Amino acid sequence: MSGFKVVQPGLMTLIQDAGRFGHHRIGLTTGGPLDALAFKWANRLVDNPVNTTALEISFGGLVLLAETDAQIVLAGAQMPLKINGVEQDRWHAHRIKAGDKIEVGFSAQGARAYLAVSGGFQVEHSFSSSATVTREGIGGFTGEKLKQGDYLNCTPPVQHKGYRLPETHRPDYSDNVTLRVIPGYQQQAFSDYQKRLFFSSEYKVTDRADRMGYRLAGPEVKPSLDGILSEGICHGAIQIPADGQPIVLLNDRQTIGGYPKIGSMIALDTARMAQMLPGSRISFDEISIDDAHNLHCLAHIRFNNTEPEPVD
Amino acid sequence: MNTETNNIRVEIAGENALIIYFGDKTDPRVSSQVQQAVTILETELNGKLIDMVPSYASLLVIYDQLATDHLEVRRCIREVLSKLDDNEGSEGNLVILPAYYSTESGPDLEALAQRADLSIEEVIKIHSEMEYRVYAIGFAPGFAYLGEVDARIAAPRLATPRTKVPRGAIAIADRQTAVYPAVSPGGWNLIGLCPTRMFDPKAEPTMPVQVGDRVRFNPISREEFFAQGGELGEIR
Repeated sequence: MSGFKVVQPGLMTLIQDAGRFGHHRIGLTTGGPLDALAFKWANRLVDNPVNTTALEISFGGLVLLAETDAQIVLAGAQMPLKINGVEQDRWHAHRIKAGDKIEVGFSAQGARAYLAVSGGFQVEHSFSSSATVTREGIGGFTGEKLKQGDYLNCTPPVQHKGYRLPETHRPDYSDNVTLRVIPGYQQQAFSDYQKRLFFSSEYKVTDRADRMGYRLAGPEVKPSLDGILSEGICHGAIQIPADGQPIVLLNDRQTIGGYPKIGSMIALDTARMAQMLPGSRISFDEISIDDAHNLHCLAHIRFNNTEPEPVD
Repeated sequence: MNTETNNIRVEIAGENALIIYFGDKTDPRVSSQVQQAVTILETELNGKLIDMVPSYASLLVIYDQLATDHLEVRRCIREVLSKLDDNEGSEGNLVILPAYYSTESGPDLEALAQRADLSIEEVIKIHSEMEYRVYAIGFAPGFAYLGEVDARIAAPRLATPRTKVPRGAIAIADRQTAVYPAVSPGGWNLIGLCPTRMFDPKAEPTMPVQVGDRVRFNPISREEFFAQGGELGEIR
């Protein structure tokens, strides 16, 4: 057996791959990384396929002991990375040896970071994915977050390339951003006034923000409907319950629900939002489905055509 | 196409999702159309779909933006809608679920009977004589929404949801009934227990029912319940 021993699990560290797809019909949600771009970069910087199993570290506090030689990388939120007590660059692959201690401190900016290892962590798949969804008790290790004493199996290849992402390409996780929303679902149940209120007001991320959804606080938005017949909820859907405070539904959302929805946030921006801590301020910009489609395809092309630099 | 199919609407749900509204109420004919659309779209959009979520009267279609776009998916949906037939359809399997109804296994049975001005035996008879349809699966893995419950035994959700409902709990909320697939919090009225596992990740298939199936509850005794592997579980 080779791999990493979990010395300290951190506040919430989850085993994730790109997510679990095609199982909504039995009620399974997708799971997967809240910040898909940082997750894909982590894998790419240690030369893994972008869907390889890695760790999503929320807020920080993870300590691992290596029992194998490997390359590792930390991408995403600004959590200080130390190898044997020495601070190391993030978004940068590092060679480590068996016996090395890897520490991920608490975040200075952003909320989620991704730790990937060359060759990936070997975790049994459940419904074609390793993604942990704690609410369902599915994926990862028995559906739970990492615990002290867990053992992360991996067998890194001996010859493996590592890369670093130049600073200019690293995302900025500052607060106070405008996030893009496509009007949809029951948008017609919101009057022009209610829609203007929603799109022109500032909302705050509350402390009820987790992998299921981000509950926001700000001016109340009221639809003309109380509830609807339960229907499928897509990623990023913004549901407005009776108190008029929006909830943006994320990776671990329930697959169906009966609250009216004003539209959906695009995935590029749910990833930004998921990097925010309670108290952060956000506002919304209305965009069309055509613009959203183009943004998605461009982001894909940008990722594929951004060349990281080889290290050693 | 008749007037009903003309009322079908397609709305944007998100950047890579459209939602088809087939109607606005619980109706077996509408539910049958949702099921037909699932089957046809699966073939027509093969390789371009990420997932679909059928529900009471709607179908969420999630597609791969790098393989297709909302224009092509809309066209495909329009073609599919013109092919739907309006029969009530008996396409779903009939699944019999054993049910141990009692005040021991269903702590809300007595209050529900009182509220409905019926005896406990009458509530059991009404609940077990109806053939239900699986309208949707969601809330939790394997949680199947069955409808519609006879109006006489419909009951609103509990004012304070329980923190722990046992696996197998047979429950009623408004005109819906369900069997809890796993221990979870829940606000539905508990009237009995079912020894059949509604969701087992290691079994194949993982669920005994799917959307569109028909379900009937078969009353069993306490002894039969335990003989079939039932457990009372903890209720809080």
